[in-house]
Amino acid sequence: MIENIDLNLVDWSRAQFALTAIYHWLFVPLTLGLSFIIAMMETIYVRTGNEEWKSITKFWMKLFGINFAIGVSTGIILEFEFGTNWSNYSWFVGDIFGAPLAIEGIFAFFLESTFIAVMFFGWNKVSKKFHLVSTWLVAFGASLSALWILVANSWMENPVGMVFNPDTARNEMRSFWEVLFNPVAVDKFLHTITSGFVLASIFVIGISSWYLLKKRDLEFARKSVVVAAVFGILSSLFLVYTGDTSARTIAKVQPVKFAAFEALYEGTGNAGLVAAGVLKKSGESIGDLDVREFAVRIEIPGLLSVMTDGDRDSYVPGIKDYINGNAEMGILPAAEKIERGKLARDVLFEYKAAKEAGNTETAASLRARFDEADFQENYFRYFGYAFLNAPEDIVPNVPIAFYSFHIMVILGFFFIALCVLALYFVINGRLERQRWFLRIALWSIPLPYIASELGWVVAEMGRQPWIIQDLMPVSVAVSHISAGSVQVTFWLFATLFTALLIAEVSIMVRQIKNK
Amino acid sequence: MKTLFSGINSIFRFYYDGFRTMPPWGRKMWLIILVKLFIMFAVLKLLFFPDYLGSRFKTDEEKSNHVLEQITTKPDIND
Repeated sequence: MIENIDLNLVDWSRAQFALTAIYHWLFVPLTLGLSFIIAMMETIYVRTGNEEWKSITKFWMKLFGINFAIGVSTGIILEFEFGTNWSNYSWFVGDIFGAPLAIEGIFAFFLESTFIAVMFFGWNKVSKKFHLVSTWLVAFGASLSALWILVANSWMENPVGMVFNPDTARNEMRSFWEVLFNPVAVDKFLHTITSGFVLASIFVIGISSWYLLKKRDLEFARKSVVVAAVFGILSSLFLVYTGDTSARTIAKVQPVKFAAFEALYEGTGNAGLVAAGVLKKSGESIGDLDVREFAVRIEIPGLLSVMTDGDRDSYVPGIKDYINGNAEMGILPAAEKIERGKLARDVLFEYKAAKEAGNTETAASLRARFDEADFQENYFRYFGYAFLNAPEDIVPNVPIAFYSFHIMVILGFFFIALCVLALYFVINGRLERQRWFLRIALWSIPLPYIASELGWVVAEMGRQPWIIQDLMPVSVAVSHISAGSVQVTFWLFATLFTALLIAEVSIMVRQIKNK
Repeated sequence: MKTLFSGINSIFRFYYDGFRTMPPWGRKMWLIILVKLFIMFAVLKLLFFPDYLGSRFKTDEEKSNHVLEQITTKPDIND
C-alpha cells in the first residue's frame, strides 16, 4: 500500500531523473544537428570534387564522433531508473513504451554498427556516393531514433491509443498509429530535432569564429559558417513555427501547463502575449498556492487569443478557471475531477476485492464498467486526480514554467539574429573584421544548450503533478526504496556524467586547437 | 555460399582495417565507450539498479497485484 510516501524519496527520484536526462541531453542535440551539417558539407564535396570540402567534412565529423562516443548509451541509465525508482509507473505504461523503445533500440543498433562505421572507416574504401548516402542515413537515422523516444515521452503528456486493463494494472496499446501520430508527438518531434539543428549551427558558427579570431584556417572557417548559417536560419525559422504549433497543442491537451508558462491566472478574452516579464507574489493565495502577478511585463495585446484560437476575442482560460471550473467554457472544477477520479479508483479497488473474494458476479459487473465509454471518458480519464489532496495541486511551479519558457523563446529569436548576421557578414566578406560579432558568436555556444534544456524543463516541470497526464501523479509512480539509496546514485551519476562532460570538452578543445 | 562467405569476409576486413588504422583520438573514444559501458552495466546496473518488481515478485500476476494495491490506495504524503 502507498502509505507514508516520503516526499524526500519522490524529490530525490525526480532530481536523479532530471540530472540524468539533462546530462544525456547535453550530447543528443549536437548529434542530431551536426550529422545534417556534415551531410551537407559532404554533399558539396561530392558535387564539386573540391578536396577542401572533404577536409572540412572530416574535421566536423571528428567532433561529431567525439560527441557521439561520449554521449552514446547515457540514455540507458534512464531506463535503469524506470525499473528501479519508478516501478509502478513502468508497470502501468509497460506495453505502450515497449514498442517505441524496441524500435529505437533496433534503429540505434543498425545506425551505430553500420552507417557510422562507413562514415568513419569508409573514406577511400567505398565509393564517394555510397559514403555520402551513409552519412545522410546517419543523420536521418539519428533523428528517427529520437522519434521513438519522443513518441514515448509524448504519450505521457497526452495518453492516447491505449486501454487500461484492470486485471493487470497495465495500459495496453489499442492503436500503434494513434500513439505514433499523437499530436503532441508530432509537434514535439519536429520542435526537438529542429532545436538540435539550431544548436549545431550555433556550435559550428561559434567554433569557426574562434578560428577567425585567431586568424587561422580562414577559408575553412568561412565555408563552415556559410553552411551552418544557412542551415541555422532555415532551422530556426522552422523552430519558431513548430514552437507555435506545439504551444497550440499544449493549450488543448495540457491547458494548465499552457496557462502556467504564460503565468495566466485569470482567464480573459483578448489575452495578451507576454514577451518578457518579472513575476512577484501578489499576496493572494489559493490553498497552499501563492498567486503571482507581474511586477513588470512587455505584452502584445490580443496575441495570445489569436495564437491559441485564431481570434482576438477568444477566451483563454487561466489557472483559476482550471482550479475553480468555468461552466461557460465547459471546464470542470478540479474538485469535481478529484471526486470522479476517486470514484474510478474505488471501482478498481472493489473489482480487485471482489475478484480476491471469489465474488464472480460482482467482479464481472465491475469489470464491465471499464468497457463503458461513459466510465472511460468521464471517470477513468481523471483516475490520477484521486491522489491529489487539493484542487490547487493541479498547478505546476508557475515561476519555473514561466521563466524557462520565456528565456527559451527569447534565446530562439537571438539565434535567428545570430545566424542572419553571420551569413550577411560572410557573404559580404566582412566576417573576420567583425571581431565583436565573432566574440559574441564564440560565447554564444552554451546558449542553445541552455535553451534546449529549458525546453525540457518547461515540458517536464510544466507537466507536474503528473507523470502521465491526468492518470498518474509523480508521487504514485515511485518505488518504495530508500531515499538514501537514490541519493547515493544521484551523486554517482553526477560524478560520472561530469567526468564524461569534462572528457568531451577537453578532447574537443584539443582537437580544435590542433587542427 | 561462396559469395556469402566472401561478403562476410569483406565486412570483417572493413571493420578490422577500420579499427586497426584508427587515429589516436578514435582509440581514446573507444576506451571511453568501453569504460563507460563497464561502469553502467557491471557496476551501476548490477549493484544499484535492480529491477524493483522483478526482484520481489516471481510472476506477472504478483506484480499486477502489487501495482494494483499501490494505485488503489490513497497516498499519505509526509512533508
